Amino acid sequence: MSSIKIKLKKQDIDKIKEITASFNNEEHELINVLHKCQQHFGYLPAEVQEVISDEMDIPTAKIYGIVTFYSFFTMTPKGKNPISICMGTACYVRGGEKVLDEFKKELGIEAGQTTKDGKFSISSLRCVGACGLAPVVLIGEKTYGRVAPDDVKEILAEYK
Amino acid sequence: MSGYSMHLLVCGGTGCRASHSEEIEFKLRNELEKRNLEDTVKVLSTGCFGFCEKGPIVKVMPDNTFYTGVTPGDAEDIIAEHVVLGRTVSRLIYEDPSSKEKVPDSKKMGFSKKQLRIALRNCGFINPENINEYIAREGYMALGNVITDISPEDATRLVKDSGLRGRGGAGFSTGLKWELTAATPSDEKYVVCNADEGDPGAFMDRSILEGDPHNVLEAMAICGYCIGADKGLIYIRAEYPLAIERLKTAIKQAREYGLLGKNIMGSDFSFDIELKYGAGAFVCGEETALIHSMEGLRGEPSLKPPFPSVKGYNGKPTNVNNVETLANVPIIFLKGADWFSSIGTEKSKGTKVFALAGKINNVGLIEVPMGTTLREVIFEIGGGIKDGKKFKAVQTGGPSGGCLTENHLDTPIDFDNLIEAGSMMGSGGMIVMDEDDCMVSVAKFYLDFTVEESCGKCAPCRIGNKRLYELLDHICSGKGKVEVLDRLRLMSEVIKDTSLCGLGQTSPNPVLSTLDNFYDEYHAHVSDKKCPAGQCKDLMEYFIIEENCVGCTACARVCPVNAITGERKKPHEINQDICIKCGACMEKCKFDAIIIQ
Amino acid sequence: MDTIKLTIDNKQLEVEKGTSIYNAAKSIGIDIPVLCYMSMKDLCIENKPAGCRICVVEVEGRRNLAPSCSTDCQDNMVVRTHTPRVLNARKTVLEFILSDHPKDCLVCPKSGHCELQDMAVKMGIRKIPGEEIAEMSTYRLDTSPSIIRDLDKCIMCRRCETMCNEVQTVGALSAVNRGFYAAVAPAFEQNLEHSPCTYCGQCVAVCPTGALTEVDHTPEVMTHLADPKKTVVVQTAPAVRAALGEEFGLEPGTLVTGKMVTALRQLGFDYVFDTDFAADLTIMEEGTELLNRLSAHLKGDKEIRLPILTSCCPGWVNFFETYFPDLKNVPSTSKSPQQMFGAIAKSYFAEKKEIRREDMVVVSIMPCLAKKYECQRDEFSVDGNPDVDLSISTRELAAFIKQANIDFDSLPEGEFDNPLGESTGAGVIFGATGGVIEAAARTAYEMHTGKNLEKVDFEQLRGMDGVREATVDFDGLPINIGIAHGLGNARKLLDDVRSGKSKYHAIEIMACPGGCIGGGGQPQHHGQTEILKARAAAIYTEDKNKKIRKSHENPFIKELYSTYLGEPNSELAHKLLHTKYFDKKKKIIVNQ
Repeated sequence: MSSIKIKLKKQDIDKIKEITASFNNEEHELINVLHKCQQHFGYLPAEVQEVISDEMDIPTAKIYGIVTFYSFFTMTPKGKNPISICMGTACYVRGGEKVLDEFKKELGIEAGQTTKDGKFSISSLRCVGACGLAPVVLIGEKTYGRVAPDDVKEILAEYK
Repeated sequence: MSGYSMHLLVCGGTGCRASHSEEIEFKLRNELEKRNLEDTVKVLSTGCFGFCEKGPIVKVMPDNTFYTGVTPGDAEDIIAEHVVLGRTVSRLIYEDPSSKEKVPDSKKMGFSKKQLRIALRNCGFINPENINEYIAREGYMALGNVITDISPEDATRLVKDSGLRGRGGAGFSTGLKWELTAATPSDEKYVVCNADEGDPGAFMDRSILEGDPHNVLEAMAICGYCIGADKGLIYIRAEYPLAIERLKTAIKQAREYGLLGKNIMGSDFSFDIELKYGAGAFVCGEETALIHSMEGLRGEPSLKPPFPSVKGYNGKPTNVNNVETLANVPIIFLKGADWFSSIGTEKSKGTKVFALAGKINNVGLIEVPMGTTLREVIFEIGGGIKDGKKFKAVQTGGPSGGCLTENHLDTPIDFDNLIEAGSMMGSGGMIVMDEDDCMVSVAKFYLDFTVEESCGKCAPCRIGNKRLYELLDHICSGKGKVEVLDRLRLMSEVIKDTSLCGLGQTSPNPVLSTLDNFYDEYHAHVSDKKCPAGQCKDLMEYFIIEENCVGCTACARVCPVNAITGERKKPHEINQDICIKCGACMEKCKFDAIIIQ
Repeated sequence: MDTIKLTIDNKQLEVEKGTSIYNAAKSIGIDIPVLCYMSMKDLCIENKPAGCRICVVEVEGRRNLAPSCSTDCQDNMVVRTHTPRVLNARKTVLEFILSDHPKDCLVCPKSGHCELQDMAVKMGIRKIPGEEIAEMSTYRLDTSPSIIRDLDKCIMCRRCETMCNEVQTVGALSAVNRGFYAAVAPAFEQNLEHSPCTYCGQCVAVCPTGALTEVDHTPEVMTHLADPKKTVVVQTAPAVRAALGEEFGLEPGTLVTGKMVTALRQLGFDYVFDTDFAADLTIMEEGTELLNRLSAHLKGDKEIRLPILTSCCPGWVNFFETYFPDLKNVPSTSKSPQQMFGAIAKSYFAEKKEIRREDMVVVSIMPCLAKKYECQRDEFSVDGNPDVDLSISTRELAAFIKQANIDFDSLPEGEFDNPLGESTGAGVIFGATGGVIEAAARTAYEMHTGKNLEKVDFEQLRGMDGVREATVDFDGLPINIGIAHGLGNARKLLDDVRSGKSKYHAIEIMACPGGCIGGGGQPQHHGQTEILKARAAAIYTEDKNKKIRKSHENPFIKELYSTYLGEPNSELAHKLLHTKYFDKKKKIIVNQ
């Protein structure tokens, strides 16, 4: 056992403190706190979890246990243009997997990874509820419906 | 809707928004202003119409004209032609896929005819961001009546008498659930709305929250009055930003109108609602897991009893209902228990919302009376199978449900019939599959989902489902022997029998139902090493048809593993031992000389 | 009392309302197999995630099988515990568990003591279907100074998580990840060394498999024993003699002090000494410190902080350094008996025998895993040479004896060597909760009052309640004593100390439930509280049988002071026998 030292910028620590304080540091608000922190930092690195642990008096192990339980939380930074491919059943039966494969092939990364230049990251998600547009791809806030593997190059070109 | 002679309803659901419906709305207003018509014709953004396949949708009232596949560029024509000249824009009119007839009146469309909208009654009719429109359609009237005129006990009895059953999965009596929570004495109780819709391919809850949020808020307040709770919580997926925004707006408006908060409508009854966010865990649809998640913990289910009605959120009695269940509540109070129980079958009352998707012409959100047959849903409302293919199966109940076949098409849909058929109602996902779908792969798809979503708490679900998935993968890759089919069934039955929560207790259903209904297809995979639907890559072989091959060598050049040989201008050949089945040759061939078998 | 009538395997029985099917069945002699469930009622420890699903039974009228550990009996329930359906389900679930478990039983440190292995034998598992295509969930091996985590062997019973969080409130471990890759691990799946782990070893004590085991130091001990240049001195902690016999099939609570001494001698240790001697020494130092602080306090010295806290337990020391560093001036500065022994052995004894420090090896036999870490702390060494070189657990000693082919049961009773082998009853009771403070009370009473203590048994300080308190009359001066065992209970008393609400003059804390007898290095108790109780009883019997029962009456202690240390808390005593504590709280450093 050794004492743990974490280095974070003051403004980052202050931001986390502000977030936890806005939920009165109440333990049952942990998931809401994590949502807010992820919104702010884009992801939940270990340092952020340590500060939350300190502020809310919850063991870091427990926070990490929660971060790794919920697929919405991530400890790796997403790309500038996060690509989410819907893998809900409706999208699956209409070829969502092939679209995912095409994105992976084009960008040379696996789902859950970010390209080296930090521009793109790929993740699969479960049903955005736009089944009428299946298969659906989200890039950032923008939705692409009825995507075919052939469209992938063209879509990516918009962001290059 | 007074003051205006005409209303243009633009769908503002997630699907249509993704197809630029906001821009359409803007353009329509623009066109009206150009013609100084903004005071006579009103453009409204509504919730989902349900007909997502043909979105974006613009509906013209009062004549019910239903424009489909509208683009921002069509706005000018809609105003110039329809609004000004009274002529419908025929290119935007829905065409019946079988009769090829244009059907301008939404009520006469096959998609609408068999539907009965109770939970969805306001979706697509009102602007969900304006409380006045909800109130104009008798909104908050039920709440007013209940808290002023009816005792909590009588109100609960009314819900019980209506026969309403939970729409989230298991179909437990809603009234009875309220009664149990009411019967547990406590200084603090909670009403929880389960909006953690995680079923892949289901989006009814999202549509209701986006299209008619006040309906759910009102129902929660009524429930609060009945069970003696003054606090409501909505557990909603963080992946539903639009629904979250609309709920926030609705809660704010309801508070301003005194319909939420302290002393509602001047009565002694106080009730307020807060949002809690899910973070992407399907298992949190299970009520004990949901409660743990709201408490800031890992969303692991715990054993029942104790039930949430006794020990729930923060250890207090908690009533958990899903969105669609709640959406039925206010109208039951307005129209009565008898009215509601007159709809549906003997044991399943009212209607059910289904998210119809897959290989079907009319993808969308539909609501039908219980007892409607699968055939009516798929072929009449759904408009039949896409591209004229043959119907093969329909999966209901998502990863917890089963695949039903042609033999079940005339089964009236209700809770009990679906279970008897080897599936379940679930939350209402309905995925249609055609002849091209391999049922072993479909089962594998669902198991993949379960494996990813299992919380890991109990051994059969954590490991057993993984083993089921591996075995299915083994079969799909052509390595399985006939004996594995027995093992598949044995494992499935034990997982069902021993798992801790509903996730594991139902996760083998897709396997068991496909084993029962499509045994031959499994058998073909393991004994003949063939995938009849031609989906399993490892069981396919690429062949060159000699007669079609001109020997252009394009295939040989593109093959990454040099599996194709042949002389120039002579038919080529694929060496099956080398071929990795990437399909590049087939893509490249201009003469249709390469086929898969 | 409400009772419930039900039928289990065709036998009718009546049980108290709220009884689980598992316990009801047990009451009529039906032992339903369990893997995850663990209940130590008297210690308020319960692990009931209903996760392993091995204990399922058939309940008439119920759709699926019921986990008997967490399903309460209902009136007129008809339960069947071994139908073909039940047996088939159990076996299949066990096959699932085994399919994700390494099959290296032959070389697993838990082999022979593994609950999963026993279960596989019991269920007659011969083959694991589908093994060829089964992926295993694998994790990085983590070795810390005390504990090894081999999560490939984790079956998610969650017992360690319960111990670490609910019982010990340490919070080093949590369930992490989801589904197939779920496991119990420290934050960010780092090594324990980088977590707030106190090395109390309670996770190891309850782990049913080889996922959590101790770092084995026996090979190093053997190397030293083989080296003719080295004088190898061994010390044995009080709790070891009350539990070692269990490893050789003796009844829990059998005292094996004499056999243990003989065995150690046969193993080749040059001197077999007793940590109890050092315990007596601890009492002299700590008792004096208590009286000094007390009298200063009574004189109105505001600088003096009371209560004084015992500091014998290294898990507890780690705990307050991490969670209560602001109170680091409150505990006694006396080293633990293990470290006092090492310091005296390598000074007083080495000088006496003219053995060079570097030629002497001190080995300790401890019921504890935190001791392995403690002896490695920098402040307990001189020029890089540690006072205590190696610490091995009761379990490691048992394995060593078996390895040496020594027939333990037939060994003659041996006697400890002198001078560091003589001890009093007060030193012995250090092994059970309440023992340290009772031993201190015996000496402090006489030191303070100058009178002879007639009745040395302070029954009011004994027992198994997690937090206990008693007032001891020091001839008109009431001394308030608090006792906690288990770190969660300690935290309660510490919170009061921190807020200034504590009414005690002295508090004894032991990290492990039951005290050292329930330590992380003891033979596995598999959740049976009766075993801990039997060990405690044995310790008090040993105390009773001792001719001398007060530390200050130990003739060799007297000699040590008169010929070497001077008096308790003297300058030399401070140098050798006292220590200081460190702030080990997590630091958040601003990066400008």
